[in-house]
Amino acid sequence: MTGKNRLLDVRGLTVEIETRRGPAVIVDGIDLHVDKGETLGVVGESGCGKSLTMLSLMRLLPNKIRVAKGEAHFDGRDLQKMSNRELRKVRGGDIGFVFQDPVTSLNPVMRIGDQLAEPLIYHRGMNRKQARERAIELLRLVGIPGPEERIQAYPHELSGGMRQRVMIAIGLACEPKLLIADEPTTALDVTIQAQIVDLVKGLREKLGMSVVWITHDLALIAGLVDRVVVLYAGTVVEDAPVDALYASPRHPYTRGLLASIPKLSDAPASRLNSIGGTPPEPGRRPQGCPFAPRCPLAMDICRTHVPKLEPVSAAGSHRAACFAVEKALEAA
Amino acid sequence: MAAEPLLKIENLVKHFHVRLGAFGERAATVHALDDVSLDIVEGETLSLVGESGCGKSTTGFTILNLHRATSGKVLYKGQDLTALDEKRMRRFRRDLQIVFQDPYSTLNPRMTVGEASGEPILFHNLAPKAELEAKVAALLTDVGLPPRFASRYPHELSGGQRQRVAIARALACQPKFIVCDEAISALDVSIQAQIINLLLDLQEKYRLTYLFIAHDLAVVRHISTRVGVMYLGRLAELASRDALFETPLHPYTKALLSAVPETDPEHERSRKRQILEGDVPSPLAPPSGCRFHTRCPIAMEVCRRVVPKWKEARPGHLVACHAVNGE
Repeated sequence: MTGKNRLLDVRGLTVEIETRRGPAVIVDGIDLHVDKGETLGVVGESGCGKSLTMLSLMRLLPNKIRVAKGEAHFDGRDLQKMSNRELRKVRGGDIGFVFQDPVTSLNPVMRIGDQLAEPLIYHRGMNRKQARERAIELLRLVGIPGPEERIQAYPHELSGGMRQRVMIAIGLACEPKLLIADEPTTALDVTIQAQIVDLVKGLREKLGMSVVWITHDLALIAGLVDRVVVLYAGTVVEDAPVDALYASPRHPYTRGLLASIPKLSDAPASRLNSIGGTPPEPGRRPQGCPFAPRCPLAMDICRTHVPKLEPVSAAGSHRAACFAVEKALEAA
Repeated sequence: MAAEPLLKIENLVKHFHVRLGAFGERAATVHALDDVSLDIVEGETLSLVGESGCGKSTTGFTILNLHRATSGKVLYKGQDLTALDEKRMRRFRRDLQIVFQDPYSTLNPRMTVGEASGEPILFHNLAPKAELEAKVAALLTDVGLPPRFASRYPHELSGGQRQRVAIARALACQPKFIVCDEAISALDVSIQAQIINLLLDLQEKYRLTYLFIAHDLAVVRHISTRVGVMYLGRLAELASRDALFETPLHPYTKALLSAVPETDPEHERSRKRQILEGDVPSPLAPPSGCRFHTRCPIAMEVCRRVVPKWKEARPGHLVACHAVNGE
């Protein structure tokens, strides 16, 4: 399956957290890949490991959390084996990041122009004047009015939507091959969210970059991504082209998630098909399939064995990790 | 509307006086709520939507007298709540409850679930102490928690379970009306659906009236009887759920609806969004005339000067917009 087209290839990534009772697995052997020019949506609820997975690629994990196993190849090189010096060249250079909360991610005592110029000077060897001009260009690119004056502003002088645009501009500063956006619109209002989604769509085409969009919102990414990876309790439960995922979700968790979202066609005040129970706490995963305790289709085998991510479509592009799905396919 | 409304809100205004500048040298006024009038009918779910700072939460707080109204009236059972002092208000608190967004900060971490849910019963003298345990068990069952949870502490619960406890607390004194202030916004999608179902079940069982404050329009469309759209402290539009979502009149409502994504990739890729330019202006200095005119795609000269009237454009469909003709 690996071709020249593969930009990011993560295999068997396992992340552990140190606890008093010894190491606990919070990301359990995740496989995922992103092709050149592709936009991948990574979906899951809080605590499923979606942010940690992406942070671990860049070795930006907080204290006491570490990568236990796994490889992550970016453009043919293993990120986990790079020296810190090499990795610094990749961070913010070939891989751009946009975090959820611009308030904590931007430096409050630095003018936004300087924060934009920093990666350009570091990664692209620009001088201050060039970097300043490029910073103005970038602010214009992300739709900030009056960029010549705005580069003088401090983060607190901007609105939430504007700050998130600045974050995106920083992420894009060095024209990365890959942009990783971690819930970039979660803190924003819906009309501003629409602006940001439109902005990233436009820039992706203009710059030809790949995008990983991490989110909990299946509706938000429907029109934005090419493929979706669904995470549950630190494992990939389904990986599918976007149309296939929404039209025929195979994993019971994905189905439950989609059914939980109110739709236009619902009768007013009808009951939603919610998933019972709550996700396991990180580090307290049940034996067998992590979704089994909440799964309406759970069988005996689900409680003892962990299902592998296996193709469920003829083309093999749609994969799910579920024993019940295999059963359904065999029966069909 | 034939029935007498449960709550009648008339020309409600809430201004906050703040001090700005590093030394608080400049006085300013936040126009959080300006001239909001609406009726809340018994048994309905009236939702208020809008973006941050639009005044939807302030409306809920001011109705419950948690914020003192600057002017205007809130009529409940013929009594103007805004005229009551805290002591006389207490009698009405039994009937008028609230559930907040973040149950982690609203529940006392040192009180067990049982103590927290039983507190309102004791406070309002609704049951003798001997019956308290049974009452609490019934309450917890009502909100879908096993009665043995009574001895647990909030930190032992998940977010969804904590929100159930917060709902149990609100239910404890058998209220008529509950303000749900972003009550499901902090929850994960699968848990959110559980809590929505719970709220719907309880409404049916106890004939509750909800003021549902939210920014998630998909959820609002699902549970509401009527929906009000707010922008920068004013009501822009108020209509039945179907009228609002199918034939919105106000340009802001239209833009808001067009920004809501659906779980349908094909539809999402092909749909033309009407994207609003810019940000919501500061409530410290709201624009003159119609507050939406700075971002409105069809703004006219009059919109800059004159505040549009709150008028009934169609039966039961109210709107404040110069571009919409009343009947």
